[in-house]
Amino acid sequence: MTMIFGVPLAVFMGQLMLGLINGAFYALLSLGLAVIFGLLKIVNFAHGAQYMLGAFAALLGLQYLGLDYWVALLLVPLVVGGLGMLIERFILRRIAHLDHLYGLLLTFGLALIFEGSLINLFGVSGSSYPTPAALQGGVNLGFMFLPTYRAWVLVAALGVCLATWFIIERTRLGAYLRAGTENPALMQAFGVNVPQLITLTYGFGVALAAFAGVLAAPLYPVSPTMGSSLLIVVFAVVVIGGMGSILGAIVTGLAMGLIEGLTKVYYPEAANTVIFLVMVVVLMLRPAGLFGKET
Amino acid sequence: MTFDRKTLASSIALAAATLMAGGAQAQMSDDAVRIGYLADMSGTYRDLAGPGGLEALEMAVEDFGGEVNGTPIEIFSADDRNSADVGANTVRGWIDEENVDLVAGLVASSVTIAVTKVLEANDGLGIVSGSAASSITDEHCTPNHIHWVYDTYPLANGTAKAVVEQGGDSWFMLTADYAFGHALEGDVTRVVEENGGEIVGGVHHPFPTSDFSSYILQAQGSGAKIVGLANAGSDTVNAITTASQFGLTQSGQQLAGLLIFLNDVHAMGLEATQGLLLTTGWYWDMDDQAREWAERYFERVGRMPTMVQAGIYSSTTHYLNAVAEQGTDDPEAIRAAMAEAPIEDFFARNGRIREDGRMVHDMYLAQVKSPEASEGEWDVYEILSTIPAEEAYRPLAESQCKLVNN
Repeated sequence: MTMIFGVPLAVFMGQLMLGLINGAFYALLSLGLAVIFGLLKIVNFAHGAQYMLGAFAALLGLQYLGLDYWVALLLVPLVVGGLGMLIERFILRRIAHLDHLYGLLLTFGLALIFEGSLINLFGVSGSSYPTPAALQGGVNLGFMFLPTYRAWVLVAALGVCLATWFIIERTRLGAYLRAGTENPALMQAFGVNVPQLITLTYGFGVALAAFAGVLAAPLYPVSPTMGSSLLIVVFAVVVIGGMGSILGAIVTGLAMGLIEGLTKVYYPEAANTVIFLVMVVVLMLRPAGLFGKET
Repeated sequence: MTFDRKTLASSIALAAATLMAGGAQAQMSDDAVRIGYLADMSGTYRDLAGPGGLEALEMAVEDFGGEVNGTPIEIFSADDRNSADVGANTVRGWIDEENVDLVAGLVASSVTIAVTKVLEANDGLGIVSGSAASSITDEHCTPNHIHWVYDTYPLANGTAKAVVEQGGDSWFMLTADYAFGHALEGDVTRVVEENGGEIVGGVHHPFPTSDFSSYILQAQGSGAKIVGLANAGSDTVNAITTASQFGLTQSGQQLAGLLIFLNDVHAMGLEATQGLLLTTGWYWDMDDQAREWAERYFERVGRMPTMVQAGIYSSTTHYLNAVAEQGTDDPEAIRAAMAEAPIEDFFARNGRIREDGRMVHDMYLAQVKSPEASEGEWDVYEILSTIPAEEAYRPLAESQCKLVNN
């Protein structure tokens, strides 16, 4: 058997595959954060809670309204994104002129409120969400048994990431968005409704989190605390990639998934720490992040 | 950042609580029997004890008539947020300012060990219902507390032994990388090896971990017959869910969960957990007496009780009986009286309190039912065998407890 640093090749390949899947997931979540920070300069600490709300909405939709997975995948991001727009319009906008720290505190408070209310209603054990019928089972890749659902997560997450990157960097709408945040006064003089643009952007970022939540529902128990542990890792990914860099978030997300995956094989005790170690090194060498612009 | 804010919030809450407590007139212990319920009310361990445990405590007090020999019973409760500091400070306040006579609940082992030190220093009394660490009545034993429901010793002794006897003689351990996980892994290793099995590999995973796919893949690659889970709560739930997605059991391996609560199985569903072997101190459907109480609890709470919640009712009732019989709430006299009386109720069979504070009682080896065999949402275990009280727990001869003459 071929060995790579003492690990059989098959196991090594399997771990790379899993790292890639987790990485796609990190990319999707950090992308939402990066979009919101890049365009609104809001450090959205409610991102984990919004991800959790996405998973919960899918679960409750299934239990009470009979909405199946595919409907939820389309509908839930719209609903939770809509909630995000309300939050931006009526709460965040009031403090938009203040220091970023206030936005961070406010969204953190919102996250605690969402989590706390759901803990009160549903407890912390969580519930399982059935894997959709079309994606059950798995394929034997030779080096590992890959559940079909995880393959789908990889495809869906990467697809959405690339589409988002394309919209923001390569379309007219994206150009408005970028210009609107660069110089809102000038954009308004050109007749563009900048406040509306900002509301939509926040809503879109939140919808990305909710989409990730629906994707995660069949993988992990749906519980009110599922977002808070993930949020810190995702923040680290965004910091490594460079706050606000769209491409940075995607590439770094994938890379961190792979690095974490390999750590789980060679030194599992450090698996939860390795991303933060990378963050420390990156901040020391390139304070603006790997893809960030020095200002 | 999270930590700082929590610390800040808890110090404000504590300050407020202390102020309020200071304002109230301290009453004599004889005016009332005061019970303080301390548990994780909002975090990882909320559902195994939490508000449902407080409900069980209130039931016990109501069923007792709300008073002991004419003295009213008062209940206090607090959230320890799984912090040893918060727990110890709360209990110190309860004893100093409120004359609390009994501390009940007590879930996270780290909190419990800190609280029992406070109880010992202040001559209080505590009954531990939620914690797992067997050290609570071993090197951390005090004359001021009793450990009621279960501990890590019978968990390993019950599940691991049964699994090896059924032919599961090679193990791969998934261990939570902190004191509790290591202790449980140690107990399991001892039991597996004593019974002729061997540990072929393992992973110490960080606590907590949400994605277990990598570790499950390593377990699949190890060729071990049994994958032992020396973790608890959401880690166990995540590990089992992932194992099911990766077809671990279909490929001929079996999972052995070492600390699994009813709420965990309920959360994961039978599809993912069927066939799992586990050791439990009690199960709501194990006989008529248990069912009768569980159904009354269900009417109040809307969920079936875990063994911890049932144990809280059982231990509170045993305590109140002792207080009624002795006519005092003096901790030393009460603990002696509690130890004297055998415990036979809907919860404990062949129960007695040993000198190290361990309440030993029959434990049960259970298996999770398949979805087809289950007749209802909470019909999840089949009890396979009983582990007699005197065999289940660590023998006194091996005890390091200072109260035991070895």
